[in-house]
Amino acid sequence: MNTPLSNTVITPLKTTTGRPLRTEEMVINMGPQHPSTHGVLRLELVVDGEIVIDVIPHIGYLHRCFEKHAEHMTNYQQVIPYCDRMDYVAAMHMELGYVLAIEKLLGIQVPERVEYIRVIMAELQRIASHLIAAGTYGLDIGAFTPFLYMFRERERILDLFESTCGARLLYNYFWVGGVSHDLPAGFIDKAKAFCSYFRPKIKEYNDLLSFNEIFVKRTANVGVLPPDVAIAYGCSGPMLRGSGVNWDLRRDDPYSIYDRFRWEVQVGKGEVGTVGDCWDRYMVRIHEMEQSVNIIEQALEKIPPGDVASAIPKRIRPNPGEVYVRSEAARGEIGFYVVSDGSATPYRVKARSPSFVNLSVLPEICRGYMIADVVAIAGSTDIVLGEVDR
Amino acid sequence: MTAKEISEKVRGQFGDAVKDAKVEGVVQPFIKISPESLLNICTFLRDDAELQLDYLMCLSGMDYGKGVLGVVYNIASITKKHKITLKVEVSAEKPEVPSVAKVWPSAVWHEREAYDLIGITFTGHPDLRRILLPEDWVGHPLRKDFKVPEFYNGMKVPY
Repeated sequence: MNTPLSNTVITPLKTTTGRPLRTEEMVINMGPQHPSTHGVLRLELVVDGEIVIDVIPHIGYLHRCFEKHAEHMTNYQQVIPYCDRMDYVAAMHMELGYVLAIEKLLGIQVPERVEYIRVIMAELQRIASHLIAAGTYGLDIGAFTPFLYMFRERERILDLFESTCGARLLYNYFWVGGVSHDLPAGFIDKAKAFCSYFRPKIKEYNDLLSFNEIFVKRTANVGVLPPDVAIAYGCSGPMLRGSGVNWDLRRDDPYSIYDRFRWEVQVGKGEVGTVGDCWDRYMVRIHEMEQSVNIIEQALEKIPPGDVASAIPKRIRPNPGEVYVRSEAARGEIGFYVVSDGSATPYRVKARSPSFVNLSVLPEICRGYMIADVVAIAGSTDIVLGEVDR
Repeated sequence: MTAKEISEKVRGQFGDAVKDAKVEGVVQPFIKISPESLLNICTFLRDDAELQLDYLMCLSGMDYGKGVLGVVYNIASITKKHKITLKVEVSAEKPEVPSVAKVWPSAVWHEREAYDLIGITFTGHPDLRRILLPEDWVGHPLRKDFKVPEFYNGMKVPY
C-alpha cells in the first residue's frame, strides 16, 4: 500500500458463478464532519475501488469574513483578536504576522525586551502547535498514547501563556509596538524549567511514535511531495522543508531578532523512505521543537530589562501606503498584505495563510494512493481549518 | 537583486507594458503593468536565470473604489532571495485579468478567492468557482459598494 497503485492492472472481478462485476469510478465524500480532516473540511474523493483517482477539496465551512471584518473595525488594534481566531492553535504567530506588518507600515522600532518576549512566546507557541500536529497525526494513524503525552507537555506551555496574559488559546498579547503585559514574576525560571523538562521528552516521542514500525509503514513513501512541486504550489513551513527545501523565513527573510540566535533549519532527508513523504513532514516538526527549545534558552539568557509599552502608539494612522510582510508561523508563511488610505482603519487586509496554500497541493500528492493513505496525507499537511477559511 | 534592478530589467524587456514603478523610497516597492502583458511578464520573471521568481507568496484582489479593481502579486525567489510586487488594474465593468495559474499553480486557489470575494474574472483559469462562500451566494462581499443582503435563503441576515 506504500507505492502508487494507479498503474496496476486490475483483473476484472467475477462472482463465484462466473458473472463479471462492473468496475466503475465512484465519488465518495470525506467530511465535512470527519475526525481525520481536523475540522470542517470536505474532500470529494474519486475512487476506483480503493485507489484514489482524484481529490477535490471543498473549503469555506468556517469562513468568518476576516478580511471584511478587518475593514470594518474602528482602528488597527481591533483586528488583532480576529487574527488569533485564524490559526487558533498557533495564535501568537498570527498576531505576530499582523503586528509586524502594521509596525513596518508605521516605521516603529519596538524595544529590545519586547523583541525577546516575542521570540520566546513565538517559539513556545511553535512547540505547542507542533505537539498538536504530531499528537493528532499519531491519532489519525491509530496511536492514541503519544497524543496524551504531547498534550501533557502542551499544557505546561499553555500555563506559561496563561500566567503571562490570562488566556490559554486566543491571547491578544502582541500589540502594535509592544505586548499587552510584561512577563510575570518567576516566568523566566519557569520557562527555563520547562526547557530542561521538555528536551528529554523528544526522545520519548521518537521511541513511542516516530520509529514505531506501524507508524513508519503507514507514513514512509506515502504522499511524496517533490521539491519543485512544493515550490510551484507555494507550500511553506514544514510542508516545504519536509520536501528537502532548505528554507525558513526566520533565517532567509529575517524579522524580529531571529538573526541573533544559533539554531539550524530542519529539512526532510528521506530517512525511512523518500524525501518529501509524510514521515519527513512529521519528523521535521519533531526536530523543529528541539530547535525552538534552543532558541528559547538563548533568549531567556539574554533578555534585557525595560518597558514593554513605551513604543505602543496612542493612535494608529499610517500614511497612505501598503506593505506585505511575511513571517514563519508553525504551519508556514503567514503573510499580511495591508493597504492604508491614511485613515484609522485599514483599507484592505489580505491574509495569506499557510494552511490555505498548503492544502491546495493535496490533490497532487493523493492521486494513486489508497483511501486510507488520504487520511495519512491530509494529517501530515497539518491544516487548521480556521486559517484555511479565515 | 534589488527591486530597482528587477524593475529596470522588466522595463528593458517589455518597455511600454510597464505603466508605473515605485521602487525607491516606499515601504513596498512595486511595478504596475498592463493586464495584456501580464502572462508574458510573469513567465519571464519565473524563467529568467537572474530573476528566478519561482514562488508566488500572495495574490490579492483589490477594489480601489471609483470603478477600479486590481490584482496584486507578491512574488519571491527561493534561490535568489529577492522579491517584487506586481500590480494590474482593470475597470469594474469588465474585470478580466489573465490567469497566472500556468506560471505558478499556487495561483489557482488564490485566484478563485479573488474571484469569490472581489469578483475579478481570471481568463484561462482551469477551475474558476467560488471557494470560500456558498455556491449560491450573490455578489462579491469585498467590493466597497457591496450591500449586505437582508435575507439569505430565507434567513434574516443581520440576526
